[in-house]
Amino acid sequence: MPAVSKGDGMRGLAVFISDIRNCKSKEAEIKRINKELANIRSKFKGDKALDGYSKKKYVCKLLFIFLLGHDIDFGHMEAVNLLSSNKYTEKQIGYLFISVLVNSNSELIRLINNAIKNDLSSRNPTFMCLALHCIANVGSREMAEAFASEIPRILVAGDTMDSVKQSAALCLLRLYKTSPDLVLMGEWTSRVVHLLNDQHMGVVTAAISLITCLSQKNPDEFKTCVSLAVSRLSRIVSSASTDLQDYTYYFVPAPWLSCKLLRLLQCYPPPEDGAVKGRLVECLETILNKAQEPPKSKKVQHSNAKNAILFEAISLIIHYDSEPNLLVRACNQLGQFLQHRETNLRYLALESMCTLASSEFSHEAVKTHIETVINALKTERDVSVRQRAADLLYAMCDRSNAKQIVAEMLSYLETADYSIREEMVLKVAILAEKYAVDYSWYVDTILNLIRIAGDYVSEEVWYRVIQIVINRDDVQGYAAKTVFEALQAPACHENMVKVGGYILGEFGNLIAGDPRSSPLVQFNLLHSKFHLCSVPTRALLLSAYIKFINLFPETKTTIQEVLRCDSQIRNSDVELQQRAVEYLKLSSIASTDVLATVLEEMPPFPERESSILAKLKKKKGPGAVSVTELEDNKREGGELNGGADRGPDSASTPSPSGDLLGIRAAAPIGAAPASAGSLLVDVFSEAGIAVSSAAVNDEGFLSSAPPSEDPAPPLSVADDLLNKFVCKNNGVLFENQLLQIGIKSEYRQNLGRMYLFYGNKTSVQFASFTTTVSCPGELVYSIMFLKFLNCCVQLNVQTKPVEPLVEGGAQIQQVLNIECLTDFIDAPLLNIKFRYGGGLQNLTLKLPVTINKFFQPTEMASQDFFQRWKQLSQPQQEAQKIFKANHSMDTEVLKAKVRLPSPICKPRHILHSPCIPVGCIVCVCVCPQMYRLTLRCSKDLVSQRLCDLLAEQF
Amino acid sequence: MMRFLLLFSRQGRLRLQKWFTPMMDREKKKIIRDMTTMVLSRQPRTCNFMQWKDLKIIYKRYASLYFCLAIESQENELLALEVIHRYVELLDKYFGNVCELDIIFNFEKAYFILDEFLMGGEIQETSKQIVNRSIDASDMLQETLEEYMSKPAF
Repeated sequence: MPAVSKGDGMRGLAVFISDIRNCKSKEAEIKRINKELANIRSKFKGDKALDGYSKKKYVCKLLFIFLLGHDIDFGHMEAVNLLSSNKYTEKQIGYLFISVLVNSNSELIRLINNAIKNDLSSRNPTFMCLALHCIANVGSREMAEAFASEIPRILVAGDTMDSVKQSAALCLLRLYKTSPDLVLMGEWTSRVVHLLNDQHMGVVTAAISLITCLSQKNPDEFKTCVSLAVSRLSRIVSSASTDLQDYTYYFVPAPWLSCKLLRLLQCYPPPEDGAVKGRLVECLETILNKAQEPPKSKKVQHSNAKNAILFEAISLIIHYDSEPNLLVRACNQLGQFLQHRETNLRYLALESMCTLASSEFSHEAVKTHIETVINALKTERDVSVRQRAADLLYAMCDRSNAKQIVAEMLSYLETADYSIREEMVLKVAILAEKYAVDYSWYVDTILNLIRIAGDYVSEEVWYRVIQIVINRDDVQGYAAKTVFEALQAPACHENMVKVGGYILGEFGNLIAGDPRSSPLVQFNLLHSKFHLCSVPTRALLLSAYIKFINLFPETKTTIQEVLRCDSQIRNSDVELQQRAVEYLKLSSIASTDVLATVLEEMPPFPERESSILAKLKKKKGPGAVSVTELEDNKREGGELNGGADRGPDSASTPSPSGDLLGIRAAAPIGAAPASAGSLLVDVFSEAGIAVSSAAVNDEGFLSSAPPSEDPAPPLSVADDLLNKFVCKNNGVLFENQLLQIGIKSEYRQNLGRMYLFYGNKTSVQFASFTTTVSCPGELVYSIMFLKFLNCCVQLNVQTKPVEPLVEGGAQIQQVLNIECLTDFIDAPLLNIKFRYGGGLQNLTLKLPVTINKFFQPTEMASQDFFQRWKQLSQPQQEAQKIFKANHSMDTEVLKAKVRLPSPICKPRHILHSPCIPVGCIVCVCVCPQMYRLTLRCSKDLVSQRLCDLLAEQF
Repeated sequence: MMRFLLLFSRQGRLRLQKWFTPMMDREKKKIIRDMTTMVLSRQPRTCNFMQWKDLKIIYKRYASLYFCLAIESQENELLALEVIHRYVELLDKYFGNVCELDIIFNFEKAYFILDEFLMGGEIQETSKQIVNRSIDASDMLQETLEEYMSKPAF
């Protein structure tokens, strides 16, 4: 046992730890622990009151046992008692226990909050820091509710000690991240920004984390931080390495603060003020120059700190994407790092270059490093570096180098690590498709992919190659020939058999002229693989056979024989047996004409987002594939699909990205395979599974008890949200650290349909995800019960339950059908509950369903207008507002917004709702920078509500 | 921000865990398992960074102890390495030539030192002097050695 070096130790604790360490076996250890637990339990339960020291010691022992990986279910009360001790060490241990062991939904929170409150008001800086730490560590909603208004006060108070300021800033940041709605902006916000000027570097370092987070969410309110940050950065960058005393780290002045400043600037576009911008560019140049200077120390800490700033500066340059000169310099610098002897730097350079590759200014400069990157892919010892190299190759790929890059990636695949093979396969498939100039190359590449890494070729990849071959008739003959050759290999991958079966079934006739690939040869080749394949592949092959009967009548008897044999017609697998029986019957009774119609060649597939891309995105999480890439793909996809007509609905319906063939939803369950030209029966059968599992989920829902927690009160920002959507149907309804809710809606007359997209932004699964739509003042109806909801008898909202699990990075969708029965004021509420980490997240939002959505504009002549206007002359029928314009007074924009068909200055406009028996007349008068909005309506509440809603839009 | 910091031995024994966001115990255990196997299976002289789900894992070995820090994807890897190093320096200054045993027997001190340096997953104070001063100050508030020796040993 080592001597305790300083301060207070607990002898009993040290003895216990020694005992544990001396245990020879796991069993002995558990025995010792159980003995100790029994001892502590009896002490805590005993009649004799324990003194503070003993309590501290036992709590500490419990903590140690917990950290060994054992569950602790008592001692919390004793720890809470320690919080109110006036001995520092006891208080400290109490707080430590609570930070480590108490999760956010503990019942003890109220007691803990009390102790924290006392410590915060104690004016003792060490106690205050302990309390702030505890809030930051637990960070529960109850704590946010109790302290969110108190902490900003501590942070900006003039007499607060520096160390407390630092803790308060970071504590507030934590609360803002967990409960942004509770941390209200106010007078303190402007003072927080000025902490960037604080004398004490530690205060600036802590405060800047808070400011960065606040700026990301409220960029306008914190705009002033840009110039402050630039001047602070410039002072640091130009300081000598000794100026900042202890904030210089291995000869690098304030690396943490510098990086944070550069990160803060990345929340904003380049500064508009020329002087500020000049100063910033100067800083960035200085940082780039310093990278070329000889190091001031041989220590790795020195170069790490220096390069950390350099990489952050490069990120900022890439973010601005407006200084070609700096971009190219950054690229050259990274090019040097690509060959650096430090693996870490090579790794980071590859990673950073990936983002540079997407800038038009530096894309070409990045491409010059292609040989180095390919070399890295081949020779790096470390798989994570090779992974980055593969990512960079993917990012730098364009038409000019696609063939080279795809070839290199294919050859790397043969030896690639198992962990990254699937992703590599997806990337190769995407690049091959995206940059295919001639499609024979594309087909070759995909078949190679299947040959080399067949196990890692997911369904999406082989679905896609079939889609493309079917949509492009210039490649069909080549595809049939190549796939026929590939199948000649003695051992070929099952995915190859699938592609081969499908393509020969469709286009085998194109190569049947060659005696080496005559119909019978083709059939025998396919059938030789049959017995080695799994059931879904066999099913697909059976479909190919029936297609053969149509293509080549001469194979009919051979194939009928095969179908007739016991192993097919009496197969124990229902699906196979059914196919065999039905195909056999079809082939023997149907006339050639009927056969030709039923087994006609597949029609072209409608254009849709490549499902491979969707899969890659899913694998990498949202944001991994840039928007431009998606758009790119759409464009190129259109080309690929041979200009197939885009269905009118394809734009408005959210594309079911996982569902490549687009028939899953419409597929009849267990449909007879011979129904239409159905070579895709395997997909149908999958549909059956999907549907039935959904049904099971429903049942689970119905039997589970409704959550007992009350829905959270609507967010205070909800009204702003509502206003945002008054004239908008699509957009992001809500976003925090965990969840993003997107909305897409359409209205026609009295009906509306709203798509809600719930995106999990974290890497962790959300459990028990439920959503409830209700109306304020009414009983809460659960939409889990699949029934019509009657919202205040004004709105009908109908929907289905959502999946209870949302995987990390995944998005789920919910559709609401809305019917407006009569006029209404309050928007329906959407309550969302789910478990994330330890805690239940509970969130209520107003759905942006406002009455104006159900109105339609009508234009009328001025006499009619005035006649109607006069009819509605009772004072309560009118609502008027006079206000300053919030936005520029562009009549075109306004027209679009308020859906006014005539110029606004002419005060004639009628909104008319087919469902609500009220007409409403709008009159807008414009004078310089002011509006007068007048509404008259037969129902007074309606005119008032509409007036409120519309006024916000000007 | 930083998400968690784990310290474990070459045998995979966990010595310290710090979570900066609330998490279920089950999840924590899974992450600990994943991290120890991932980090311990790395070859020597490979880079110190790994991608894990949407997080970056930064690890470094000091003597028999691995320090493993998870940061969010927009954070700076090199600086995260130096966060680890600065923490090691702080431990070293406090214990004097720190070793794994110091952290085992004085785990609560290791937590207190970490709390002075980091908070809520962000850097609170980078100055070694200031952190050391406040740790010494809190030690001053504690008992003397005589008091310590008179404590019962059970």
